[in-house]
Amino acid sequence: MTDRSSIVDIGPVAGVPAAAPGRGRTKAKKAPWWLWAAALAVLAPVSIAIAALFLRAFGASTTVWETLATTRTLQLTGRSFLLTAMVTGTAILIGVAGAWILTRTDIGWKAVWGVVFALPLVIPSYVIAMTLISSGGPRGLFADLVGVPLPHVTGLIGAWITLTLSTYPYVFLITSAAMHRTDPALEEAARSLGSSPVRVFRTIVVPQLRPAIGASALLVALYTLSDFGSVSLMRVDVFTRAIYAQYSGRLDRTPAIVLSIVLMLIAGIVIWGEQRTRGKGAYFSRNPTRPPSLHRLSTKTRIAAVVFLGAAVALGAALPILVLVGWLIQSINAGDGVYVSTDAIIGSLTGGTLAALLAMVAAVPIVILGVRYASRKTAWLERSVFFVFSLPHITIAIAMVAFTVKYARPVYQSLLVLVLVYAAIFLAQVTGPARASLLQVNPALEDASRSLGRGTLATMMRVTVPMISKGLLAGGALVFVTTLKELPATLLLAPSGFTTLAVRIWAAADEALYARAASSALILIAVSAIPVYYLSIKPKDAARR
Amino acid sequence: MQRITVLVLLLALTAAACSSGSGDESLTVYSGRSEDLVQPLIDRFEEETGIDVTVRYAGSADLAATILEEGDASPADVFYAQDPASLGSVALAELFAELDDDLTDAVPARFSDTDSQWVGISGRARVVVYDGTRINPEDLPETEDGFTDPEWAGRTGIAPTNGSFLAFVAAKILSDGEEATLAWLKGMAANSAPTYPKNSPIVAAVNAGEIETGLVNHYYLLRALAENPDEAGKNFFFTVPTAGSLVMPSGIGMLKTSENQDAAQRFIEFLQGNEAQEYFANETFEYPLVPGVPANDLLPPIDTIPTPGIDLSDLATVLDLATDLVAEAGLI
Repeated sequence: MTDRSSIVDIGPVAGVPAAAPGRGRTKAKKAPWWLWAAALAVLAPVSIAIAALFLRAFGASTTVWETLATTRTLQLTGRSFLLTAMVTGTAILIGVAGAWILTRTDIGWKAVWGVVFALPLVIPSYVIAMTLISSGGPRGLFADLVGVPLPHVTGLIGAWITLTLSTYPYVFLITSAAMHRTDPALEEAARSLGSSPVRVFRTIVVPQLRPAIGASALLVALYTLSDFGSVSLMRVDVFTRAIYAQYSGRLDRTPAIVLSIVLMLIAGIVIWGEQRTRGKGAYFSRNPTRPPSLHRLSTKTRIAAVVFLGAAVALGAALPILVLVGWLIQSINAGDGVYVSTDAIIGSLTGGTLAALLAMVAAVPIVILGVRYASRKTAWLERSVFFVFSLPHITIAIAMVAFTVKYARPVYQSLLVLVLVYAAIFLAQVTGPARASLLQVNPALEDASRSLGRGTLATMMRVTVPMISKGLLAGGALVFVTTLKELPATLLLAPSGFTTLAVRIWAAADEALYARAASSALILIAVSAIPVYYLSIKPKDAARR
Repeated sequence: MQRITVLVLLLALTAAACSSGSGDESLTVYSGRSEDLVQPLIDRFEEETGIDVTVRYAGSADLAATILEEGDASPADVFYAQDPASLGSVALAELFAELDDDLTDAVPARFSDTDSQWVGISGRARVVVYDGTRINPEDLPETEDGFTDPEWAGRTGIAPTNGSFLAFVAAKILSDGEEATLAWLKGMAANSAPTYPKNSPIVAAVNAGEIETGLVNHYYLLRALAENPDEAGKNFFFTVPTAGSLVMPSGIGMLKTSENQDAAQRFIEFLQGNEAQEYFANETFEYPLVPGVPANDLLPPIDTIPTPGIDLSDLATVLDLATDLVAEAGLI
C-alpha cells in the first residue's frame, strides 16, 4: 500500500505540515547535530537565497514600489487568481468524477482506464498547449476535422483547458487512492435508506473525500500559479509570464524581483487559505472491510461515462502524442530530418538523475528527524520543505541567480547549483513517500540495532535506510520525471552549454517551429513514461495479488 | 554515510567537470541569438579553428543584464546580441574592449558603435508582415503610426517583450520623443493589438489567418516561406523614414575581461567572413553587412530602405525607458 500512496506523489505532502505526532514517533530525544546539518544541506542555500531576495526587494528604490502599486499589478493578481480558481475547479470536477466512475461503478476495463486516464501526467503542460494552439483556429486540425472554421485556442480559455488537462490526473490519483481506502458501508447504508446516487455522492462521498480533495486542490492551485510554459505559449498575462518578461526584457532586474516576491506571497496566501478551510474532522475508516458494491450503470450513463473519460484522455494525451507524431512524420517527409539533440538528451538524463539522487539523499535525514525526533523544530523543517516545493520555480531561480552571482561566484552557473535547486524544489516528492514508509518501520528495530552496539549513523544506514528504500525510490523516480519537465529554473540556471529536452522544446515552440519540437517532446514523454509506468501500474498489480 | 559521501563527491566532480572547459583554446559566447540560427555557424567555427566554444543562449537583454551583474568577473568572452540596444548597455557599463579598426571598418559605419565597442554582423529590417489574401498593400498605413487608427483594432500583432520590438521602441523614442512613443504604445494597447512572445509566432499567426498584420523583423516570413512557399504572408517595407523602417544590426562585442581575446577576435572575423555572411543571406535571410555579399533576391537592397536619423549607439540609453513605456501603456 505504501507504493500505492506514493504515486499520489505530492498528495501526502500537503498533509505533512499539519500532521499530528503519530505511530512510530519517539519524542523528546535530542537529534545529533550532523543529522541537522545533513537535513539542511539542500534546503539552506535555497532558503538563504530567497531571504536575500526579500532583502534586495525591500531595499529597492521607492520608484519600484510605486510601479508595483499600479492597476497592472492588480490585473496580474486578479488574472492569476482567476486562472487558478478556474483550473482548480474543473480539475477537481474531472478528477473526482473520474475517480468515482473508476472505483464505484461497474464500468468495464477499469485497470486500463486507470492507467490511460492518468496519462496526461507524462505530457508537459507546454506540450499540451503547443498542440492545442496549432490544432485550433480556422486553418487548424480541428477545423479540418469538423469542416467549419473554429476559434483559436489561446488566451485565458486556452490556458484553462491546458492546465485542467495537465492537473486533473493529480486529483484523480489522489482521490481514487482515498476512495480505495474509504469504507463503502456508509454509502450503501444511505442508498439502502432511499437516497439518490447524487445525494449519496454529495452528502457521503464528498465529505469523506474532503481531505483528499483539499490536498489535490492545493496541489492544482500551486501548479497553476507556478506554471510558466503553457501560460506563456497561450499568452495569458499572469505573474510567471510577466516576471519572465521583466527578467528577460530589461537591464534592471529589480522589477522582476519585486514581482517574484509578490508571487511568493500569493502562493503563501493559497497555502494559508487551504489550511484555514481544511476540515477538522477525520472521516477515514482506514481499512475497508470489503470491496464496495458497485453502482450499476445504465447503457446511457455508461456511454456518457466512457465519452467523458475518453474525451479527457483524447485531449490531454492522445491529441498531443498524435500531433507530435504527425509533425515528426511531416518533417521527415519534407526531408528536414529529425531534430534530435544528443546534448539535450544527455542534459535531461544528467539533470534528472543527479536531482533524483540528491533529493533521495537529502530526504533521509529530514524524514528521520521528522519522524524519530519530532519536535517543533522538525515540524518547521518539514513545513519549509513544503514551502520551497510550493514556490513558483521562476522565483526560486531568480533568487539563486541573484545570490550566486554576488556571494557564491565559484558555483555560479554551475551544474551543482542547478541540481541543488531541482532537488530542493522537488524534495517534498521524496519526503512524502519516504515519511510514509518510515512511519511503518517499528522503532524497536532501530533500538535493537543500537543496543547491539551499532552507532546511530550505522543504524541509520544499515537498518533505517534499507527499510524505507521503496519510498525513497518511488519519490526519486517522481523527482526524475518532474525534473525532466522543468522549464523556468532550467532556463535561468543552466550552465553555459548545458541544454535539456525541455529547453529545446521550449526554444522551438517559442519560435512557433512546432515541428522541430516534436522529436524532443516525444523523447521526453517516452523517457518520463517509464518511471510513471513503474509508479502507477506496478503497485496496483502488486496490490491485487 | 560512505555512500552519501561518494554521491556528494560525484555531484561535486560532475559540476566541476561541467564548469571548466578542456585545456585547449576555448571561447565562451553569450548569444542572444537563438540556438537554431547560430549553432550551425558555431560548429563550423569549431571545426575550422579547433577552438572549443561554449555558448550560453538566452534573450539579448537578459544576457546584457547578466553581464552587468557579473561585472568584472563575467565568464563571457564575447556577447553576440540581436540588437544594438543590448550591446550598447554593456558598452555603457564600460565592460567591452575597444575593437580593432579592421573589424569595425568591415561594415558600413552606421552599423557599428561610434566608439568601436561593438560591430554589426547582420542586418534586420523592421517590416509589416501582412496576410496577402486579405490585405491590399496599398491600404497599409504610411508608417507604424497608422496602426493606432481604430480601423486596425485587433488586427496588428506585436511582440512587446521581444528584444527587437523593444529596440524599435527605443529607436522611436530617439526619433519621435518619449511622449509620442508612449501615445503610440497606448494607441496600440487601446486597439487591443494581439501580443506575442516573439516575432515568429506573429508571422505564424498571420499565415494561419489569426491576424492580418504584424510588426516584425523581415526575415521570419522568408524562413516560413522557405518551408512552405504557399504561405499567405507578405512583407511590407515602409517607404518613408520612420522608426518602423529601422534596419538594426545584430552585433558582437568582446568583453574587456576576456582571457581569450585572440579566440574572440578570430570569432568576430569568422562572423564577418564570406562563409558566415553568405549563411546569413541564404539561411537566416538577413542582410549581410559586409559589402560584396549579396542579400536574398526577395529582399529590396539594404540601401533603398529609408533610415530614421538616429545613432544606433544611443539606443541603450533609452532601453529601460522603452520597457517602462511599454509597461505603462499596459502592453506587458
